Amino acid sequence: MKIAIASGKGGTGKTTLATNLAALIAEQQPVTLIDLDVEEPNSGLFFQGKLMEEIPVHKMVPNWEKKKCTFCGICQKVCNFNAVIQLPTQVLVFSKLCHSCYACSELCSTNALPMKPEKIGKTSKFQTGNITFIESSLDIGQEMAVPVIAHTNKILENEYNDKFIIIDAPPGTSCPVIESVKDVDFVILVAEPTPFGVHDLKLAVETMRELKKEFVVVINRFGLGDGKILDYCEQESIEILAKIPNSRAAAECYSYGKLMYKYLPEIKHEINKIAKYIWQHLGDRK
Amino acid sequence: MKEIVIISGKGGTGKTSITASLAKVAHEEVVAADCDVDAADMHLLLQPDFANSEDFYSGVIAQINQAKCIKCGKCKDVCRFDAISIVDKQYVVSQLDCEGCGYCAQICPRDAITTPQQNVGNFYISSTRLNMPLVHARLGIGAENSGKLVAKVKNEAKALAEKRKIPYLLVDGPPGIGCPVISSLSGADFVVFVTEPTISGLHDLERVYELTAQFKLLAGCIINKADLNKEKTAQIKKFIRKHNIYELDQINYDEKFSEAVTNGYTAAEINKEYERNFKHLWEKIKEIVLEDK
Amino acid sequence: MKIAFTAQGPSWNDPIDPRFGRAQYLLIYDEEKDKLTVIDNTAINQVAHGAGPETARKLFQVNPNILITGNGPGGNAARVLENAQISVFIGAGSLTVEQAYQKYKNNELEKL
Repeated sequence: MKIAIASGKGGTGKTTLATNLAALIAEQQPVTLIDLDVEEPNSGLFFQGKLMEEIPVHKMVPNWEKKKCTFCGICQKVCNFNAVIQLPTQVLVFSKLCHSCYACSELCSTNALPMKPEKIGKTSKFQTGNITFIESSLDIGQEMAVPVIAHTNKILENEYNDKFIIIDAPPGTSCPVIESVKDVDFVILVAEPTPFGVHDLKLAVETMRELKKEFVVVINRFGLGDGKILDYCEQESIEILAKIPNSRAAAECYSYGKLMYKYLPEIKHEINKIAKYIWQHLGDRK
Repeated sequence: MKEIVIISGKGGTGKTSITASLAKVAHEEVVAADCDVDAADMHLLLQPDFANSEDFYSGVIAQINQAKCIKCGKCKDVCRFDAISIVDKQYVVSQLDCEGCGYCAQICPRDAITTPQQNVGNFYISSTRLNMPLVHARLGIGAENSGKLVAKVKNEAKALAEKRKIPYLLVDGPPGIGCPVISSLSGADFVVFVTEPTISGLHDLERVYELTAQFKLLAGCIINKADLNKEKTAQIKKFIRKHNIYELDQINYDEKFSEAVTNGYTAAEINKEYERNFKHLWEKIKEIVLEDK
Repeated sequence: MKIAFTAQGPSWNDPIDPRFGRAQYLLIYDEEKDKLTVIDNTAINQVAHGAGPETARKLFQVNPNILITGNGPGGNAARVLENAQISVFIGAGSLTVEQAYQKYKNNELEKL
């Protein structure tokens, strides 16, 4: 069973929900929590686990070999991303802009641009009690999130296929999110009941529908705003799993990196609803 | 004309509400530009009329002309993204998987593959309920913000400002530290960070600061929800002093803030006190920007 | 000395474009020949990513010794300029090309 927690925009409470839910479920059974918000991985700030393994993530980029180069200009011509620039006396490769399409490398007639791996991030595995926590992060200065997410997905497929997995997905509606949710059984969308929240939820819903993913909604900071989010979900026949109440105490918990369900019973109650739903789903699938 | 760019690194810090509030108090002095295209929310507070709209093209996707295709399969062989497959005996491109590298088009022996620019959304020049123009954009699903789109939004906003002799451009910047942010910072006269005193807030502030330092940009900082965690607020202050970032303002955690957003108005419209504070903040920003050059 | 400027238009009286990668024009003044060459870079508006390297490449073709611009170039562009051993002067963002040249002559611009 693999579920992803996603949202249309950042700062709606994805990490809060992912960490609290994983910790609550772990009171009953082993769970694997994956942070795929590789540009800003923050889930790890809530767990102090033992580092079990660290795996570097690479992407393939061309490496220029001066001796072989004839300065024919084809590498620069075929690169659609401005990642290869030919100057009068050298060829510069901008690995951050490179999409690893191999065109420059394979079309070079003298093989002066062989592809070599470059480290762009890492995947770390931690263990604490019943929780296996896997965090993938991009190195500072790197921009391409998708290869790191794809690499993590491969690890999940090979080593964790039979496990109960919760994914903290990146925000937004573009490629990193699509890569994060493409193999999951269903998605929990977290949204705030403000106009910003409703607007961004609509975008997230459209994305999930386009991907043909099953999804449910959890409202965070419920009590804020108005009822428009409820109206929207009803109109669209979207199930609302839980309504996590808004409180200053919750915001304080987050700011200190504490798991709020342990301190705030009304929040625990809502997280419990989500856990129950998942267990039921799990039962149905078996 | 001076360009002020507001960024935050992570989402949810109140960047958009603060930008809209500044726009409100500065009204006739600014053109507002929403470059946070992935979560373009400024329009919810400023209520633009979407008066002038234009299609926006960016990025390419491969397209196979079936009449020319001889089914040699070379395109499928070279594609590293598994974007070309055989459906009903025809080679077809999956829009979602194609990276737009154009390798297939390069090697096709019959020139059967073209890489047209994609219509990824719209961009708009609007009038708003608060009397300042807003330049903004809307992207389709799966389309990514890019340096190009940000530059486009800013260029249109600048042209408008020059035409109408409006002295300031106020830019709601994109999140993260990638290409769109770089494009939004490029050409800025002053950068304003909006951060919050949480474990992630400081971390993200450090990352965006690195970027602005590279551009040698003048920067200031607003700490939102400052009283939520005094320890972290102190750490943030220490960081901004160390790096000569202007301490612009501290705003305390207040549910009226979210209430305002809920009801579709800016924080500067909550009450007289908020209005006064934002006016003061705006004057302070102008002073710094004008003093600099 | 060949001095390059990032500019918003093609003449001495046009303002400096404070951006490097997305600069609209590149103006190159050859002091020995007293000649101003103009490179139209407006096609950069169609480039989605990697504007810095692309503009740097164009600049490199004319091989200037010095670049005068507004803000510091981003990381990618900075690397090309470094490799090309072009000295970069910044802080001319609010001037015209002519004023920027005078300021440079008077040693009033910041060197990167």
